[in-house]
Amino acid sequence: MSENSTVTTPQFLKVDSPLNMVSGAVLPEYELIYETYGELNADASNAILICHALSGDHHVAGVDKDGKPGWWSGYIGPGKPVDTDEFFVVCSNNLGGCRGSTGPTSINPDTGKVYGPDFPMVTCRDWVNSQNELRKHLGIDQWAALIGGSMGGMQVLQWAIDYPDKLRHALVIAAAPKLSAQNIAFNEVARQAIMSDPDFHDGRYIENNTTPKQGLGLARMLGHLTYLSDDMMGTKFGRELREDKLQYNYGAEFQVESYLRYQGEKFATKQNFDANTYLLMTKALDYFDPAADFDHDLTKTLANATAKFLVVSFTTDWRFSPERSHEIVKALLDNDANVSYAEIESKHGHDAFLLPNEHYEGVFRAYMQRVKSEIHTSENGDQS
Amino acid sequence: MSSISPEFKLISDWIKPNSRVLDLGCGDAKLLKHLIDTHKITGYGMELDSNKNIEAMEAGINVIQSNLNNHDICHYFDEDSFDYVIMTQALQVVTRPDELLDDMLTVGKQSIITFPNFGHWRMRAQLIFKGRMPETDTLPYHWYDTPNIHMCTFNDFEDLCEEKGIEVVERAVVNSEHRSTLGMKIAPNWLGEVALYKVQKKTS
Repeated sequence: MSENSTVTTPQFLKVDSPLNMVSGAVLPEYELIYETYGELNADASNAILICHALSGDHHVAGVDKDGKPGWWSGYIGPGKPVDTDEFFVVCSNNLGGCRGSTGPTSINPDTGKVYGPDFPMVTCRDWVNSQNELRKHLGIDQWAALIGGSMGGMQVLQWAIDYPDKLRHALVIAAAPKLSAQNIAFNEVARQAIMSDPDFHDGRYIENNTTPKQGLGLARMLGHLTYLSDDMMGTKFGRELREDKLQYNYGAEFQVESYLRYQGEKFATKQNFDANTYLLMTKALDYFDPAADFDHDLTKTLANATAKFLVVSFTTDWRFSPERSHEIVKALLDNDANVSYAEIESKHGHDAFLLPNEHYEGVFRAYMQRVKSEIHTSENGDQS
Repeated sequence: MSSISPEFKLISDWIKPNSRVLDLGCGDAKLLKHLIDTHKITGYGMELDSNKNIEAMEAGINVIQSNLNNHDICHYFDEDSFDYVIMTQALQVVTRPDELLDDMLTVGKQSIITFPNFGHWRMRAQLIFKGRMPETDTLPYHWYDTPNIHMCTFNDFEDLCEEKGIEVVERAVVNSEHRSTLGMKIAPNWLGEVALYKVQKKTS
């Protein structure tokens, strides 16, 4: 099988049992869209769940019907660090998303109209609970590993805390144990950008046959900024102009302005991301604070986690800096947990977790070898 | 079981089975792996170098990428978290060996330290007769590119221990082939190339 040649087709899981959400809301029924890669082995011991980041989706590897490669296909696929010749890899779109799982653009069964702003607030814990239904549906008793970057890393942490016996390894990449005031502030400005767009219509823009493109584009521009490092922007754009000389107007004069505008517009129009989903995902991030249930003590929070951990951070990531990963590592060390930590040298800021990097790949591959070796041990154990 | 150097063999002999061990500058974690296999120890390695980190992970060892100059170990670990904190051939490369020694004996009950002896006769001879900074098999660097920024002799190290109220529990010396000879026992500071110390805080 040649690399990335397989076209992946998404599947749906319809859950008829109600989901009691952290906010107190009840979702009577819901659907999760997901993709799988590789084969589940006989004792279902080689399954891996990937958790996506803020604007991510279920298409993590392979190519879709339009030929688009998955968002983490650099690291997941045949012969890749997460080797789909060895592992059965699963990725679902989070509840509240806009790529096929039940979310604000879905029809509310109570009203027969799209949920829009009436979709209940989701939290990381709700995502984990809904993904646990997917685990049961796939006949997997225990994930060999859970892997996630950024928001996905937080979801992995939540899994390890809430369902300790359902995973053997947790790979928490470019994440944090909770958002800082600055992180929340950035999210709030992004939300305000969306909500103050005249086309927002209090979230009922679909019923009004419009979308708050301007606001969503602005939110994306701001978000995108926090993914890049100062150094990287300096190298990539510097003060380079689009024209030969300054125009003294408010057009996109500098290359960096043009780039950001393009990113914003692409997100809001071509990628057709739903504004209500963006609001929900940023709120879910803000709410994420598993230690709040344990006297704000992260060590206590992770006391019951039995998974083995790999924590990874990137040197120029200022959105979720290495120091935030140190907090996670420290709490795990306090519990004498099995934990390894790598701080990857990269100039790409938060975005680095998605980009090629020799050291990152080496660490990822070495750790996945360990995950794999334990599967083979358990298989041999079953045979003897 | 892979073969290990006599230096590591000597260290192993100083470690009680089932103990908790932290290895600073653990490299590819060969020593930790050996101690896990033979002594059923638990613990962690710490290593700054990215490639060595990967090698340690490949060996299935829990390794924390960390800079020993940042007082990271006191940030990460509580007092007396380990039975032993080991540091082989790294004392001389850190910015403040004296402070790191304090940190090691804070998070560990005992420390095992090995370092190249700058008092070895070959070093002394090069300085006396050539008038140049020594370059040997154990220390194959030029003065300007050496990572070994804080060289010391056995006597220097023991003076530091004395000053800090640190007790030397065990001491051994080996040559660059990591073997031990009679001469080294008689005149360690002249004939020993690598020093091995097991130390702890003096109980007053």
